[in-house]
Amino acid sequence: MSGFPYFPHTEGDISAMLSRIGAASLKDLYADVPEEFLLKGEPDLPDALSEEEVRAWFSRIGAKNQPLKVFVGGGVYDHYTPSVVPYILSRSEFLTAYTPYQCEISQGTLRYIFEYQSMICALTGMGVSNASMYDGPTAAAEAVRMAVASAKKRTRVLVSEGLFPQVLEVVRTYAHYGGITVDTVPVMKGQTCPNCLRGALAEGDVAGVLVPQINRYGIIEDHSGFAEAVHGAGALLIEYCDPSALAVIKTPAEWGADIAVGDGQALGIPMSFGGPYVGFMAVKKDHLRKLPGRIVGETVDRDGKRAYVLTLQAREQHIRRAKATSNICSNQSLMALFATVYLSLLGPEGLREVNRLSADGAAYLHGQLLATGLFEEAFPGKPFLKEFTLVSKIPAATLQKHLAKAGFFGALDLGEGRVSFAVTERRTKEEIDALVACVKEVRL
Amino acid sequence: MIYYDKLIFELSAPGRKGYTLPANRYPVHAAVPGTLRRAEAPALPEVSEPDVVRHYTNLSQMNFGVDTGFYPLGSCTMKYNPKINEEIAAMPSFTGLHPLQPSETVQGALEVYWETEQALRALTGLEAFTFNPCAGAHGELTGLMIIKRYHELRGDTARTKIIVPDSAHGTNPASAAVAGFEVVEVKSLENGRIDVEALKELLGPDVAGIMMTNPNTLGLFETEIKTIAALVHEAGGLLYYDGANMNPLMGVVRPGDMGFDVMHLNLHKTFSTPHGGGGPGSGPVGVAPHLVRCLPLPRVIREADGHFSLLGAEENSAGKVSGFLGNFGVILRALAYIKMLGRQNVRRVGELSTLGANYIKECLKDVYKLPIEGVCKHEFVFDGLVNDGAREGVPGATTLDVAKRLLDYGFHAPTIYFPLLFHQALMIEPTETESKETLDRFIAVMRQIAAEAAEDPDILHNAPHDTPVRRPDETQAARNPILKAL
Repeated sequence: MSGFPYFPHTEGDISAMLSRIGAASLKDLYADVPEEFLLKGEPDLPDALSEEEVRAWFSRIGAKNQPLKVFVGGGVYDHYTPSVVPYILSRSEFLTAYTPYQCEISQGTLRYIFEYQSMICALTGMGVSNASMYDGPTAAAEAVRMAVASAKKRTRVLVSEGLFPQVLEVVRTYAHYGGITVDTVPVMKGQTCPNCLRGALAEGDVAGVLVPQINRYGIIEDHSGFAEAVHGAGALLIEYCDPSALAVIKTPAEWGADIAVGDGQALGIPMSFGGPYVGFMAVKKDHLRKLPGRIVGETVDRDGKRAYVLTLQAREQHIRRAKATSNICSNQSLMALFATVYLSLLGPEGLREVNRLSADGAAYLHGQLLATGLFEEAFPGKPFLKEFTLVSKIPAATLQKHLAKAGFFGALDLGEGRVSFAVTERRTKEEIDALVACVKEVRL
Repeated sequence: MIYYDKLIFELSAPGRKGYTLPANRYPVHAAVPGTLRRAEAPALPEVSEPDVVRHYTNLSQMNFGVDTGFYPLGSCTMKYNPKINEEIAAMPSFTGLHPLQPSETVQGALEVYWETEQALRALTGLEAFTFNPCAGAHGELTGLMIIKRYHELRGDTARTKIIVPDSAHGTNPASAAVAGFEVVEVKSLENGRIDVEALKELLGPDVAGIMMTNPNTLGLFETEIKTIAALVHEAGGLLYYDGANMNPLMGVVRPGDMGFDVMHLNLHKTFSTPHGGGGPGSGPVGVAPHLVRCLPLPRVIREADGHFSLLGAEENSAGKVSGFLGNFGVILRALAYIKMLGRQNVRRVGELSTLGANYIKECLKDVYKLPIEGVCKHEFVFDGLVNDGAREGVPGATTLDVAKRLLDYGFHAPTIYFPLLFHQALMIEPTETESKETLDRFIAVMRQIAAEAAEDPDILHNAPHDTPVRRPDETQAARNPILKAL
């Protein structure tokens, strides 16, 4: 067999190019590689397949997954994706471009990043957003690093136990290698404990405090007094947010936060088994110079036309090398476009409606589950939106397995007998009723 | 390309909408307490669906991608992005999976990780991979965490330094710093390779490892790699391989065989997944057998009975580096590419990318300065024009000017002013998916630009002439930052 669809070269082209170079064969081009390192024969890969065979292979493997109606969150939510979004993302001018280094032929990318930054600022109320981070957990970890870098000598951070476990673990990992001490603030009565926070701050040496706006139990936390206490101790307040919920709940800026981070997945991005998503980070204007990652700014070109460029690059790795604010370069640009197109379509009213439908569905499921008598409220009276936690009389694993058999993913195990459920606008009342009926059939 | 000057916010009018949602049929209504509500609705645009589609279509038309034309951006491996990859990544049987679903219900997804890992093992000679890093730099950071963890587990906490060549990608020292290492630079020789004698002087009980790219950022193979590996290992350090330059080695040379202990791959470079204007990428990290226990969590494991499960706890692990299992959608695309290539075609990736780079180099080295002669791999570096046209009162044309002039001719520019070893660096990487005709056209244009520079460098100084915008005022952008609309 010769020829392959991604290689345009004919044998004639190869000979002509070799002769121009003055090489006898392709092997000659590796004459500088010690013989012992040259692979003998073909690598141990499977045989080449035709496109149709590749499609069939993935269909077969895909069929080994069990599609479930998702009634769980844990930081990832099954929100609706308008058909316009993947359509726009598939435009090759966006999809197949590199980072916009040559701004004169990258105004498309640069403009949508500028719009993305504007929308993240609108949602969070913060002054400046970067062009995106990998995901929510890494954005939180970078925010913690930023707080420590801003504080100079102080190396201790406080993080709430109410954060999703994946956020806590990534923060801990980055902190460990960065010489940062992480102390946790417990959750009491369903929310990050204000008195414990004040106590931990009083012990001193705190550079930053990371708390969830909506915690792993689904509870909308009340952060009254947090900013005053944190700033009083000379530290930065970092709020971990759900950008979809920010359409209705108090913004990190309103709570007095210095840094807002979170995951953009809730903006209609498919769950896709964990990625790609998009992390976001926005800060108060004073902290601009410490912000990691790429930033797009507006300017004019030499003819006076409005133009957009990557700016303030003196913070970044390709200029500052070991002294950069972060090592991040490629981020999640296309997923930032996803969020931008989604937010353009939904607008303030659409996002509010998404929250209303999800929250009403969650309230309905909450009531129906309690009515089965198989659950008790975990945190009575605490406000929630699309996700809530109950104490289950059925062991979490039994419940989850039983639901999976019936085609539902529900009852995320939070330990101590607690399970969480989530409802988005994609779930219907009928699906909720079916889930509840299924729960009632569990044999203990 | 046509200039289009709107922002989405400028198309907004109150009451317009671009969505539909189902009617609310719930008998109960949740209410957020007033103290927890935001004061005002967010200032998002209110636009119709056709407004949105036309706006982003117009924006896209001011962009240049690999599907538009030749993109010889050095160290970025801008190869063709196969369309079957997109179809696979969009399959609902994959996109509909929640990352916390019980592993019995995601056996197909876990098998995708396992299959990809087997292929990467075969291509690199390393033992096991993590797919959790979301980009190349994230892979570097993860690899360095693994190195640090390895030394920690041995109780050897004195190893605080990472050696990085002066030709390295800027991410290398930045990643080392984020991982908590001190960065020590090792110089290059006149021939562009690492100075082994200088390296010897740096090695010692305080060195955790060395980060290398091979071929290096000049596109030159580090011919002393065997000696370097022996020296570093003897001194108790580990070798890290920056996979940004893996393309010329595909199917020809394996980093593991050269003595590397840890490496990352850029699936969005070497494995044909689209770069998306700056991500999402994927930076899987491979390790030699002695480092497998340090890989981050979770990891996909194949049980003896053929079932797949997730390893969630391992006390020796370096930790957790991203939310779940990395950018699954990107990994699906890379596996589709591997399946298409197969054992039969993979070697041609390496050979043809190397062939194209050497061909361009030989055809242009009389008009662009080639600082180091000899065969290169997938990329090479020129140090500016031989004749930049400088004369009384008129400065010569620089590398920036050449790059901007290329845009007028319908090509993306090479990577410029990197590596830092040369003042006028132009780093050119053609990849294996470009035809001889494309390369010939590029060569002709590069020669034309050289001739223009010699005759009237102002043609280059004023370039680009025909793009939607011309050179922007970057000083104003930085001095008076406008970073959001409204």
